[in-house]
Amino acid sequence: MDFKRGEEIVFTFDGKPVSAFEGETVAVALYAANVRKLATSHDKHRARGIYCAIGNCASCMMIVDGTPNVKTCVEPVRAGMVVESQPDKGKLT
Amino acid sequence: MIHTDVLIVGAGPAGLSAAIEIGATGANVILLERSNVAGGQLIKQTHMFFGSEKQYASYRGYEISDILLKEAESMPNVCIKLQATVLAAYDDGTWTADIEGEYTKIKPKVVVVATGAAEKSLPFPGNDLPGVCGAGALQTLMNQYGVKPAENVVMLGAGNIGLIVSYQLLQANVNVLALAEGSQKIGGYLVHASKLRRLGVPIMTGYTVKEALGTTALEAVTLWKIDENWQGIAGSEITFSVDALCIAVGLSPLAELLWQAGCKMLYVPSLGGYVPYRDKSLCTSIENIFIAGDVAGVEEASAAMVEGRLAGLSAIKHLGIDLPNQSATEADYYAQLASLRNGHSGEKILSGLSKATL
Ligand SMILES: Cc1cc2nc3c(=O)[nH]c(=O)nc-3n(C[C@H](O)[C@H](O)[C@H](O)COP(=O)(O)OP(=O)(O)OC[C@H]3O[C@@H](n4cnc5c(N)ncnc54)[C@H](O)[C@@H]3O)c2cc1C
Ligand code: FES
Repeated sequence: MDFKRGEEIVFTFDGKPVSAFEGETVAVALYAANVRKLATSHDKHRARGIYCAIGNCASCMMIVDGTPNVKTCVEPVRAGMVVESQPDKGKLT
Repeated sequence: MIHTDVLIVGAGPAGLSAAIEIGATGANVILLERSNVAGGQLIKQTHMFFGSEKQYASYRGYEISDILLKEAESMPNVCIKLQATVLAAYDDGTWTADIEGEYTKIKPKVVVVATGAAEKSLPFPGNDLPGVCGAGALQTLMNQYGVKPAENVVMLGAGNIGLIVSYQLLQANVNVLALAEGSQKIGGYLVHASKLRRLGVPIMTGYTVKEALGTTALEAVTLWKIDENWQGIAGSEITFSVDALCIAVGLSPLAELLWQAGCKMLYVPSLGGYVPYRDKSLCTSIENIFIAGDVAGVEEASAAMVEGRLAGLSAIKHLGIDLPNQSATEADYYAQLASLRNGHSGEKILSGLSKATL
């Protein structure tokens, strides 16, 4: 199969630059960069990652450009986007 | 508030087919799809499809979705919005949606709900570790984005999805160390199973997951034999080092919107879980809400496309539009569905449908 990849772009994950292709979602770009742990469970602080990859299950929530609880598996990646791990339930600013 | 003749929720094979059927009459259709691509489950399917020619058998899944999408897009009265999630249904007939980040209210005369189904999970220690995921997630990574989803995988579930995705993983150079299936029999087609066997994948019937191991990500999975009551047998454990455990134990209808709308629902295991009551024409207990595809009962894309057509036709009738060949077309759709449900797995579907159909 051929994959039509978009332009290469760079965003940051917890302060570090990660390269991605336009058209990918944040979770897919991180997965391709070998990042498996995306979120943390609220109670026992267990690691969570992609489960469904289509926005059904909410196990991939992160802070994106300051907004907490974003389902990163359905959030398109953009150049310069700031993605952070979310250690808790998330705070509204 | 947006007013429209028809709102269709979900642009999988069912929703797209409904849009084409209704669009051909000139009625206004708004089709909302929460993903950034249309096609539903089809976009991840790289294998040739089974079914008959009318339902595009022997095309690959993503090719079928292209054909349907092009036809729907060519209709000026059909408006397709991506990144558009339908959020809720209200008692006064208003539906709300998040369309590209914008909160929108819609008042349709008729609604076709074609939201598909979600993958089921399984309870076992460690089932929340990153690396434990649905078969659909691995397919999305490798078939939609071209990302190698893992190095070593154990697959759970020998239905068609487990078999087909195992094969696709091998094609992507991923090692499939084992395919475990709780029951004594393989649920999917034997052609798929023998293809895997020839490629050296052990198919372990009578086995399930005991636990998934790892700290911040999956490192290993332990399988064990189960007895006739599905209880694990101590001493039968086998552990595999893996970075992904893929769960393919079936789907259940994504019916939240129908619950919210107040449709009468019924639990039917052979259809995947809670499904709406419906009449033969796919009308729910609410007279202007129709259903099609996996949300009406988990089946196949071929049936989803015909159901989409049928629900579309019923929606047209509800709008009061008269078509010249309406009853002949309707009879043709009923006949297509009957022939699709003719086989062995069709029996299960038909018995489920007889419970849910008024
Ligand atoms: C591995 C695998 C292999 C398969 N092989 C075959 C085969 O060979 N032959 C065959 O006939 N079938 C096959 N199928 C089955 C087939 O893919 C499904 O039965 C079919 O896609 C169901 O169509 P649908 O339109 O009902 O749902 P879906 O394809 O699931 O589409 C539903 C759409 O609705 C959208 N949606 C859900 N909720 C909302 C909301 N609130 N707002 C907006 N949009 C929403 C979803 O994002 C999705 O795009 C296979 C399935 C799998 C997983
Ligand atoms: S992985 Fe399920 S919602 Fe993102």
